[in-house]
Amino acid sequence: MTETILSVQGLEKHFPVTKGLFKTQVGAVKAVDGISFDVRKGETLGLVGESGCGKTTTGRLITRLIEPTGGQITFQGHDITHMKQGKLRPLRRDMQMIFQDPYSSLNPRHTVGAIVGAPFRIQGIETEHGTKKAVQEILELVGLNPEHYNRYPHEFSGGQRQRIGIARTLALKPKLIIADEPVSALDVSIQAQVVNLLEDLQNELDLTYVVIAHDLSVVRHISDRVAVMYLGKIVEVAERKDLYASPMHPYTNALLSAVPIPDTRQREGRERIRLTGDVPSPLNPPPACRFHTRCWKAQEVCKTTEPPLAELAPGHAVACHFPENAPAKTEAPATVA
Amino acid sequence: MTFLQLKDLKIHFPTDDGLVKSVDGLSFDLERGKTLGIVGESGSGKSVTSLGILGLHKGGRAKISGEVWLDGEELVSASPEHVRSLRGKKMSMIFQDPLSAMHPYYTVGDQIIEAYRIHNKVSKKVAKKHAIDMLGRVGIPQPDRRVDSYPHEFSGGMRQRAMIAMSLSCDPELLIADEPTTALDVTVQAQILDLMRDLQRDFNAALIIITHDLGVVAELSDDILVMYGGKCIEYGAADDIFERPEHPYTWGLLGSMPRLDREVTERLLPIKGTPPSLINVPSGCAFHPRCAFEPRNGGKGRTLVPDLVETEGGHLVRCHLSREERRDIWATEIKPKLES
Repeated sequence: MTETILSVQGLEKHFPVTKGLFKTQVGAVKAVDGISFDVRKGETLGLVGESGCGKTTTGRLITRLIEPTGGQITFQGHDITHMKQGKLRPLRRDMQMIFQDPYSSLNPRHTVGAIVGAPFRIQGIETEHGTKKAVQEILELVGLNPEHYNRYPHEFSGGQRQRIGIARTLALKPKLIIADEPVSALDVSIQAQVVNLLEDLQNELDLTYVVIAHDLSVVRHISDRVAVMYLGKIVEVAERKDLYASPMHPYTNALLSAVPIPDTRQREGRERIRLTGDVPSPLNPPPACRFHTRCWKAQEVCKTTEPPLAELAPGHAVACHFPENAPAKTEAPATVA
Repeated sequence: MTFLQLKDLKIHFPTDDGLVKSVDGLSFDLERGKTLGIVGESGSGKSVTSLGILGLHKGGRAKISGEVWLDGEELVSASPEHVRSLRGKKMSMIFQDPLSAMHPYYTVGDQIIEAYRIHNKVSKKVAKKHAIDMLGRVGIPQPDRRVDSYPHEFSGGMRQRAMIAMSLSCDPELLIADEPTTALDVTVQAQILDLMRDLQRDFNAALIIITHDLGVVAELSDDILVMYGGKCIEYGAADDIFERPEHPYTWGLLGSMPRLDREVTERLLPIKGTPPSLINVPSGCAFHPRCAFEPRNGGKGRTLVPDLVETEGGHLVRCHLSREERRDIWATEIKPKLES
């Protein structure tokens, strides 16, 4: 059993909705509403879902960029749920974040050297040959020219900027990296470069990733395990192979069948599940199973009782009253490749 | 007679930094009832092409040359007033981001009615009924109520449906969709692609779909045009492009995409480098600095622009490698890696 580096239990984030002059609270957006998962050392956990499902909020909660409403986050054995900034700072060294937009996440007035060197400055770390040398080594590691130390972000293309963001993340040799849509703002040919870079760095530096993305094919390529979110809840979590080969939750099934395949031969004859409507507002999510309004298998029980996230096969948990591909109770778990 | 025909269309923008050749000699044909997918990365000139066909660069600083023939009429030399009278009626456009394409102060219904009444001499009442019909056809529930909603009251998917209703309201014969599903979630994208496929069958319009997503073009297109640096680098039937691609850039695009229908590969096969800036397009073949096979043609790519030549049955490729070399590389070096 590999060591658990990050453990999340019943994590919640409710954003208050206020009204009027006195800002009385009239409701709450339940962006993340009780999710639990573990991240093992050295693995990549993919977090997928459509917009508004709470995946980005989850990433920001784990890194404590926003304050959780409830639940518990344990990182390397420390409970960091409500830890004070001062005590959190030394831990931040081991936990870094890659942001989606390489245009807004880099300060345009700072040079690459200042951006990538900032973590050293903030953490007060002295390196053997000075910060400049350390920064240049990292730039080289992510495939940038170390001589570009004094350039500004606008002199770089989107893909190169994302590399600068990755370099900054790696500066202090973190153990866990939360990557929020690391490639979605990039062109197709550049996406592949960055995905390969992330994989190489993981092998070289023994990193653990939580990759947040909406693109199911990218997540499949990069992850060892995948968690699917819908309206603030995890509806299914499994090993990559199991999730894509035999998805149990109807929503996962629908998501997978909605991805367009770049192959004209598969245009006909592919089984399609078409969900109707949009994701409901998290301000007023449907009661009980949140997916029942769009689910073709929904029955009365789905509107009254919330299905728990239950492990139906080893390592494969799903929150559904009527799961698909579920093994019969006595049978060995299905592992269709 | 071909319904839509582009002949050597060039759209250049003079800027302080130099001449930006956004579209540099583009030619293709499109018949009614057919769908052409234009694929390319950002800055390849795909959106400028679509705006150029609609005549939306006229009167600006753009230098436009070449010919655009739509149903027997030449549009580049036509007066802006005439092109304007065609826009919305004969040809119309679905934009990427419906929230910024619609006016926030007017109801969705008003915006459809306005366009409809410009091209049809009908009363407001008749036009409103037509707007409700259109909203119903694109799958908006309770269209008689939603017609009085403002764009912000619609969700992303509904807004894109309303946008489609708006562009179809005058029964256009040419419909251009510029990244119609890029801003949408994957389940909603699937709904919109289904809708566009059904509507095209009903309306028998010619459809141009512009996207960077090879999955989306594979779903809809009959023909595919791959653009790079303002030029067409490969053109052919969708089956040819996906099963027998011949340009190294197309190979690169296919190798860059992780795919759900294949086993997980160890590594993606990206294209090195970055897309060129259109101010400073590389000399010779615009793709040569990123091309893995450039050394095999003896450095010709650095100085000479390759011609767009037919390799077989309407499949055009712009590459210095010979047909035999390309087919050999695809069969022995690229295809096995993609399917491993």
